[in-house]
Amino acid sequence: MSSDSAKGERLRELMATEGDAVSENTRGFNEGRYESTGRLDDYEALKADAREIKEDAIERLPELVDRVRETVEANGGTVYVADDAADANRYITELTAEERDADRLVKSKSMTSEEIEVNEALEAEGVEVIETDLGEWVLQLADEAPSHIVAPAIHKSRESIAELFAERFDPEDPPETAEELTMFARERLGELVEDADVGMTGANFIAADSGTMLLVTSEGNARKTVTATDTHIAVAGVEKIVPTVEDFAPFVELIGRSGTGQDVTSYISTLTPPVDSPVPDFQNDADPLADGSGDDRDFHLVLIDNGRMAMREDEQLKETLYCIRCSACSNACGNFQSVGGHAFGGETYSGGIATGWEAGIEGLDVAAEFNDLCTGCSRCVPACPVGIDIPWINTVVRDRINRGEADPRQTDWMFEELVPDEEPAGLDLRTRLVGNYETLAKWGSRTAPVANRLADAGPMRAIAERVAGIDRRRDLPEFASESLVDWFEARGGARVPSDSAEREAVLYPDTATNYVDVDRGKAAVRALEALDVHVRVPDLPGSGRPPLSQGMIATAESAAEDVYAGLATHVDAGRDVVVIEPSDLAMFRSEYEKFLPAASHERLAEASYDVMEYLFGLLENGGDPAALRAPLEGTGPVASGRRVAYHPHCQARTIGVGEHATAVMEALGYDVRVSDTECCGMAGSFGYKSDYYELSMDVGEPLREQFGDTDRTVVAAGTSCTEQIDALLGDAPMHPVELVAPRE
Amino acid sequence: MSVADRSTFKRRLDSLGVTVSEGPESACADLIDEAAGDPAVGVALAAEGEDAVDSTAALPARVETDPTTAQLRAAHTGVTDASLGVAEYGSVAIEADPAGTEPVSLFVDRHVVVLREADLVPDMPDAFEWLGPKARDESVDVVFATGPSATADMGGLVHGAHGPKEVHVVLLRDETGEAAADPEVTPDE
Repeated sequence: MSSDSAKGERLRELMATEGDAVSENTRGFNEGRYESTGRLDDYEALKADAREIKEDAIERLPELVDRVRETVEANGGTVYVADDAADANRYITELTAEERDADRLVKSKSMTSEEIEVNEALEAEGVEVIETDLGEWVLQLADEAPSHIVAPAIHKSRESIAELFAERFDPEDPPETAEELTMFARERLGELVEDADVGMTGANFIAADSGTMLLVTSEGNARKTVTATDTHIAVAGVEKIVPTVEDFAPFVELIGRSGTGQDVTSYISTLTPPVDSPVPDFQNDADPLADGSGDDRDFHLVLIDNGRMAMREDEQLKETLYCIRCSACSNACGNFQSVGGHAFGGETYSGGIATGWEAGIEGLDVAAEFNDLCTGCSRCVPACPVGIDIPWINTVVRDRINRGEADPRQTDWMFEELVPDEEPAGLDLRTRLVGNYETLAKWGSRTAPVANRLADAGPMRAIAERVAGIDRRRDLPEFASESLVDWFEARGGARVPSDSAEREAVLYPDTATNYVDVDRGKAAVRALEALDVHVRVPDLPGSGRPPLSQGMIATAESAAEDVYAGLATHVDAGRDVVVIEPSDLAMFRSEYEKFLPAASHERLAEASYDVMEYLFGLLENGGDPAALRAPLEGTGPVASGRRVAYHPHCQARTIGVGEHATAVMEALGYDVRVSDTECCGMAGSFGYKSDYYELSMDVGEPLREQFGDTDRTVVAAGTSCTEQIDALLGDAPMHPVELVAPRE
Repeated sequence: MSVADRSTFKRRLDSLGVTVSEGPESACADLIDEAAGDPAVGVALAAEGEDAVDSTAALPARVETDPTTAQLRAAHTGVTDASLGVAEYGSVAIEADPAGTEPVSLFVDRHVVVLREADLVPDMPDAFEWLGPKARDESVDVVFATGPSATADMGGLVHGAHGPKEVHVVLLRDETGEAAADPEVTPDE
């Protein structure tokens, strides 16, 4: 049984047809990124340099555009700043079709030229356009769109390319291997390049101080495109300008490593056009190559605004302009790995950052079509070489979509009690239900077991699926009848008195722990007390993570203020804040920066710890490991209890607390194997949605492959990871703190 | 150039599948002759560096240094010099010029590139410190080439997508003897 919606259908189709090729390639790129950036001594410093250069450049952009105009013109070229795609295409077609009377234009790969759809404009004027990048050429022949911003044809298998060539060219000896296919393309394209009149490239970066443009390529087609033609048109977004040539250096070191995992690509062209090379005359080829024809070269830099200057004025979308189009955010993304850019993308751009680009260039409606596919897992954040908070951009755009689509005539008074949010009336019900999960959980806990029985009843699941979009193949969380806060109070509060305690801590009763998985909360209390911590479990509001995941920023912000109000006194009293649910700790440490005054955010972020991070700290500072639970001594089945398979939560990895659990377990004598999967695929509520159920399971597939037949005890910290691993492996894992806490 | 840079450079070239031969400037023509296929075209080596006047580096006679476009198209090998080498990456800087260094290094199956050890810099920032003034003052066009042309677009890594399928570096030793006097020099590193 599955959702009949068009969106779900499209995703299933893409997973079936393109998913294997996309996932193999993107996962390979992603592993390559870890290896290649791991070889840098100063990776973080390089990223910081790159970020600083981009911040400065975008700040000074109008001045830099003027400077580029001066330097390029001084070199003998021409600069045209196009307001939009139509303006750019008019300039390019007039130049190519009318002034040059060109029959053929050869192109090297450029996403910006895809954005303005210049090929169609040129072809309408009778100019033949040939894509010379092998991947782009394949797509041109197949009449398909790129599925990845760097490797445009990764969705096509070698076999499908062989079929395409056989069909299009009917060669006597059809090429089949990668080598044969490449040589076939080299030869064909080589001939087409020889007769071309105009060459078009993009530009990865442009230095304002010299008019030098930098191109990152591997095949050599950009070099040939420029060298073989006497007219060079470079199309680039205005955001590609950096102040100086020296500023290129960190980007050259980062772009290939971040994207496809290459330390550097084969060719980094730094051209200060018109270039000095002679133009080889393949028609009159008996003439000397060095005939002085380089002096007649013509160069046009077409800078594209197309919404970018407005993005620069938009405090939230502005960060998008720092993007260097490396594709790291696509490759690191679980959903992208499964479906590729044909689903996770807009008119031109794909992957996590595409939401910013498409919202700024095309509009919110285009971004709305795929923006859901960013689950906020945040694995792209450390991968981005310029440190863009990509999930935040997705959240902001989702918030704008929520507000823009709200229909004021619709009243949802029926649900007002269940969805007491700060959002406009008329917001899509499924969004609001998830966004108000805390209220649901509170209600569910108060009325459990009735709520649990009702929720699991067939007719209710059918309604939940139809009305709220919750897939009925998912188990719903089962609410506990006694919350963690109530249990703690009923047991008489802390067992370790504050005057004899090593430290004092507030255990944050996150919504999932408080109302659903109370056992891990109890285990956390036992573990902390075993290490002489005076524990408090006060009644505190939810962190705002569920509404944030739905783009309900005002509601999340209000939650942040409430949480801080509830914790401020504790923090002031010198108590540590210990968090069990990693997604909530990530809120405190990262997202609250957007919601709280800087000083408040800093205080809370510094006082907050992941529970396993905290145990690690206690052990490091003299805590007795014997107070925690070590694996049993023994052989045979007993010994297998020593062996653990651990899946760190995606956001815990991003904020750097994914590995403390490993360290604690190993310190106690467990043998730990850590999962390689960036995100389990559940990502909060994402995997519950009917449209995304299959996708979510597909993203989790590598976890099943790695841990599916393990005899190890599986542990995971995130609530949604727990649900997902239960669905994937048929058994719910426990939180690592439940493994190491002393028994009751 | 330090000895460490040279060994880093050679190690990187090796990992890129680029072959290297080394020798004094006087051996340049012989080293090129060994490395170049047939037919070969080339661009006469620029006399560079402090000892430019005494430079004996030359191309073998069989390399056509003033080729026609037809000879370029028919050539198996193109021989050019490089303006700079970047040790940490195994990159060589190919500077476009009216003599045709760029097309000669590009429209061929094998690129034989001559680099003087003195022109080796440690890392990318050094390369862009070098490039900056040249770009601003001389409007140079430079390709930092690292290994052969490559593509993975056809379902597997293949060399020679558009540019050269093979690259060979002829590394000309600094004859002032600095390297030879360094006790850390180890052969065949």
